[in-house]
Amino acid sequence: MAKLLLYLTLATSLIPLFSVAFSPENPTDRRVLVLVDDFAIKSSHSLYFGSLTSRGFQLEFKLADDPNIGLQRYGQYLYDALVLFCPSVERFGGSIDVASIVDFVDSGHDLIVAADSNASDLIREVATECGVDFDEDPAAMVIDHINYAVSNFDGDHTLIASDDFIKADVILGSKKIEAPVLFQGIGHSLNPANSLVLKVLSASSSAYSANPKSKLSNPPSLTGSAISLVSVVQARNNARILITGSLSMFSNRHEKSGNEQFLTEISKWVFHERGHLKAVNVRHHKVGESDEPAIYRINDDLEYSVEIYEWSGTSWEPYVSDDVQVQFYMMSPYVLKTLSTDQKGHYSAEFKVPDVYGVFQFKVEYQRLGYTSLSLSKQIPVRPYRHNEYERFLPAAYPYYGSAFSMMAGFFIFTIVHLYSK
Amino acid sequence: MAAAAKAGEATLRHAFGNVLSFFILLLIGVLAFSIRLFSVIKYESVIHEFDPYFNYRVTQFLTKNGIYDFWNWFDDRTWYPLGRVIGGTVYPGLTLTAGTIWWLLNSLNIPLSVETVCVFTAPIFSAFASWATYLLTKEVKGAGAGLTAAALLAMVPSYISRSVAGSYDNEAVAIFALIITFYLYIKTLNTGSLFYATLNAIAYFYMVCSWGGYTFIINLIPMHVLLCIVTGRYSSRLYIAYAPLVVLGTLLAALVPVVGFNAVMTSEHFASFLVFIILHVVALVYYIKGILSPKMFKVAVTLVVSVGLVVCCAVIAILVALVASSPTKGWSGRSLSLLDPTYASKYIPIIASVSEHQPPTWPSYFMDINVLAFLVPAGIIACFLPLSDASSFVVLYIVTSVYFSGVMVRLMLVFAPAACIMSGIALSQAFDVFTRSIKFQLLRILGFSEADAGDGSSANVVPENDAVKVDKSEETIKERPSRKNKKKEKEQMEKAQAEKTSAKSKTEKRLLVLPMELSVIGLLLLVFMGAFYVVHCVWAAAEAYSAPSIVLTSYTHEGLHVFDDFREAYAWLRHNTEVDDKVASWWDYGYQTTAMANRTVIVDNNTWNNTHIATVGTAMSSPEKAAWEIFNSLDVKYVLVVFGGLVGYPSDDINKFLWMVRIGGGVFPHIKEPDYLRDGQYRIDSQATPTMLNCLMYKLSYYRFVETDGKGFDRVRRTEIGKKYFKLTHFEEVFTTHHWMVRIYKLKPSKNRIRGKMKKSKSRTSTPSSKRSGSRKKNPWQ
Repeated sequence: MAKLLLYLTLATSLIPLFSVAFSPENPTDRRVLVLVDDFAIKSSHSLYFGSLTSRGFQLEFKLADDPNIGLQRYGQYLYDALVLFCPSVERFGGSIDVASIVDFVDSGHDLIVAADSNASDLIREVATECGVDFDEDPAAMVIDHINYAVSNFDGDHTLIASDDFIKADVILGSKKIEAPVLFQGIGHSLNPANSLVLKVLSASSSAYSANPKSKLSNPPSLTGSAISLVSVVQARNNARILITGSLSMFSNRHEKSGNEQFLTEISKWVFHERGHLKAVNVRHHKVGESDEPAIYRINDDLEYSVEIYEWSGTSWEPYVSDDVQVQFYMMSPYVLKTLSTDQKGHYSAEFKVPDVYGVFQFKVEYQRLGYTSLSLSKQIPVRPYRHNEYERFLPAAYPYYGSAFSMMAGFFIFTIVHLYSK
Repeated sequence: MAAAAKAGEATLRHAFGNVLSFFILLLIGVLAFSIRLFSVIKYESVIHEFDPYFNYRVTQFLTKNGIYDFWNWFDDRTWYPLGRVIGGTVYPGLTLTAGTIWWLLNSLNIPLSVETVCVFTAPIFSAFASWATYLLTKEVKGAGAGLTAAALLAMVPSYISRSVAGSYDNEAVAIFALIITFYLYIKTLNTGSLFYATLNAIAYFYMVCSWGGYTFIINLIPMHVLLCIVTGRYSSRLYIAYAPLVVLGTLLAALVPVVGFNAVMTSEHFASFLVFIILHVVALVYYIKGILSPKMFKVAVTLVVSVGLVVCCAVIAILVALVASSPTKGWSGRSLSLLDPTYASKYIPIIASVSEHQPPTWPSYFMDINVLAFLVPAGIIACFLPLSDASSFVVLYIVTSVYFSGVMVRLMLVFAPAACIMSGIALSQAFDVFTRSIKFQLLRILGFSEADAGDGSSANVVPENDAVKVDKSEETIKERPSRKNKKKEKEQMEKAQAEKTSAKSKTEKRLLVLPMELSVIGLLLLVFMGAFYVVHCVWAAAEAYSAPSIVLTSYTHEGLHVFDDFREAYAWLRHNTEVDDKVASWWDYGYQTTAMANRTVIVDNNTWNNTHIATVGTAMSSPEKAAWEIFNSLDVKYVLVVFGGLVGYPSDDINKFLWMVRIGGGVFPHIKEPDYLRDGQYRIDSQATPTMLNCLMYKLSYYRFVETDGKGFDRVRRTEIGKKYFKLTHFEEVFTTHHWMVRIYKLKPSKNRIRGKMKKSKSRTSTPSSKRSGSRKKNPWQ
């Protein structure tokens, strides 16, 4: 009896834990682990953390070298997202290391990494794993002698102002960020071949990355708008990562700047409150029928439909767009058709199966900037005509039918005449 | 009184001979069936090799879904993503035969599984084939030769190799169909009966249903007809034997979906139509000759010949122009490689790559037909004494089939029945001569009165019987001219015939006078030869040709080893992968994968799409990343390779690799064979080229191989492998069978993230630079 009670209590205590967990049905992160170098950050960056908690996130602050931290227990992840505000940590405590963070991301969880001018190799390595290369010079900072913050008083122009945002409403929200973002930290570069990583905030063309304390002896390796200040990564499994070279960017110091709005909006994106699509009810059937066949015949008319929804942070809203396309694909698309939408998330298209048989796929490859990628494919074979599905009598062949039958009749008469005459 | 008694005795002897023949034939059937059961006894009742698995799968489909679904079967599990219309591309004879047998047995409440029926179809039909051989040879040279030929065919190793229990392939029924078609043709030729002509067309239809080799028939029979016409043997019986066959046969052949319009469109069939026309012209000429006076006839001939030549030239010119407008001159690749043995190796590596399409070696003749090789010339000579329509056909058959068997080892199978018929004739004629001369010698020694009494003894029945048969055949020869309606011709022919027969009887008389001792020694030698043949055949059936090739065995000093790796791997695939997963392998294993593992394959043994096979070949001979991209674009989930290096299984994928390179390079020119060759050889040891060591096939075959013995010694190539320690980046090993004969790899999904450039500089530089060096190093080895 006591055991049963124990189970019950355990079960009841676990239920809320599960109900807030990340799931495909409810993709917004809930449990966030924040690793900090020291707990002072908790107060110095309280505005940012406040905006997160006000949106319903459960933040758990831990020191980065706390020996008891761990991302998972008994094979289950304890958190939905990880925030690394610990630029100077040389070794994580507990069971966390670069590999475990990478696994955390690869299993679909989100990550925010903030480095600083004294960023450790560990943080740089995490960033590299995600496709972001910080300036290799450990003392380098982004300097801009033109677009610097006027409030900056030490004169080396390392607190720079930038408003070179990525043009994507889904990442930065539809409301325009008026004030520039103030940034003080190290810049990073992205591999242009890397299609997963996006430059959200880049430095102006007059910026460069160098050590502000020493004299510039040779040309800086990172210059101009190639320097990325804030980047996001959307991995192939739709895990989202935010990487920036400035921890102070999140702090409460920069009041009049656009920092707060920028960071709030982008963390909404990172934590899947925006731009998360799902496709359900993929259906296809012949025109005029409703059952899904196991096989189509060439030249059948068919109808394909899919419903696409976007997560708004609290509920699934219909996703409306006019550029969703379906392919009828066998090694190359035979049919490429834009789906028409009814504005309620239902997309459909009618088309004719091509005059080619084989194993086709209905493919929807919807990859739009900032949205999670939708990649649907459904295999369907297409068969040729059956032997009795061809026309029985061809009008063009009537002369041949006539000649055959007249030949037969003629031969019959000839035989009779030949045998019985005389 | 005495005459009546003699006549009664003759009929009695005749009846006795027939009963004896019947039981001999029955025993030959039992022999033909049982000699093919070694595979079941030594291994188990399984389907063998590659193609039989496909036939088995098709038969299963047929028994489950019925004939109409079979006819319209679009198979989406092979040749992904193209699929294959099985109903329209398969010769349905075998499947329908086995399906009918199964259905018949089931409706008789004999619940055999489809597999059992399939396994035993080939032995049953080889019994039928030996009976058909009896009929055919009997038509040519009498019952004695027929029985001998049937007995020889029942156990000829060449035929056994394709028809052991479990070897469920088209040839199993096609050889029977081939012989029965020939028999019916000869029968029609000898009797002039339209009934047999119709049966002949139906038998031809069955042959067309069963095997692509039917083109042999439709070319051989016209050749024979032409030969008969040229040698002045035209008769109305020839017309009846041929004309209905062409008309009905072509109509029936066009009903088979896989043949369809090919029956009138391809060059393989043109010979029959041409001869059909010639036959009619000749018939017309003979007819006109009959009704016109000689003088008038001469005038008509000059008129017709001059006009006819012009028309003929025009028609032929048009035909040639039509045929020449197609690039292959209207011939299929396989037929072309028959006419020009070097064609395939020059232009179609996919045909050249099949081992059974290679020319045979000399020893294989002695392996496959053994002593028959020596008897065949004697048989040919016997066929010329006297030369009849039937025996000239057999001679033509053996001459053409010898040529074809020399081009393609597979066609040894067509040659074997001809060799058996010839040897049967030779043996029976030799026995005939020897026994008869012994008999005459005995008569001379013992005197006439005792000879009469000795006549009844069973030992002399066979030669007597033969003598009767010889008489009969002579009768038919004599009869023939009388059936012709032209009188002069008839007279002439009769005169010539009379001369011929008299000459023949003289030679026969001369032959008969053999000394007693010589005859006895000759008989003994013949018996020894026969015994040697039987021993060889049984050995071949038991040891050489009964291996099912999906289960392998080997004897070592430790005892018997059984390698059941193929079924192990296919069972793993069946149980551990998703139903719709695609498995890529070299095409040899396609049929087995679909039949045994029930998984979709990219290419299989029906090599209808060269490009698709070349794609797989290119992937196998590309570096890992390029291969991954090719396979990924084909939705492949698993890659299966066969590797014999651990146990010394020689027909593994590394040994087949040169064909992957050649076929792949034939379509995708960036695969160049010289890149893989060192000193003109495919090497995998330390001398191997970097391209070879980096290609997917090498990596998948030898991944972790060094862990087995620490050295990486390949027992097939008898060398240590060149690159021992390497990692796979785009593939992961998921299953390797007990003896490492089949290795299955899974394609890794594309990377979730793309790494940046910095840090971990070791791994970063190694991957791209090796690729770059690979491409850079291509040139120096050319």
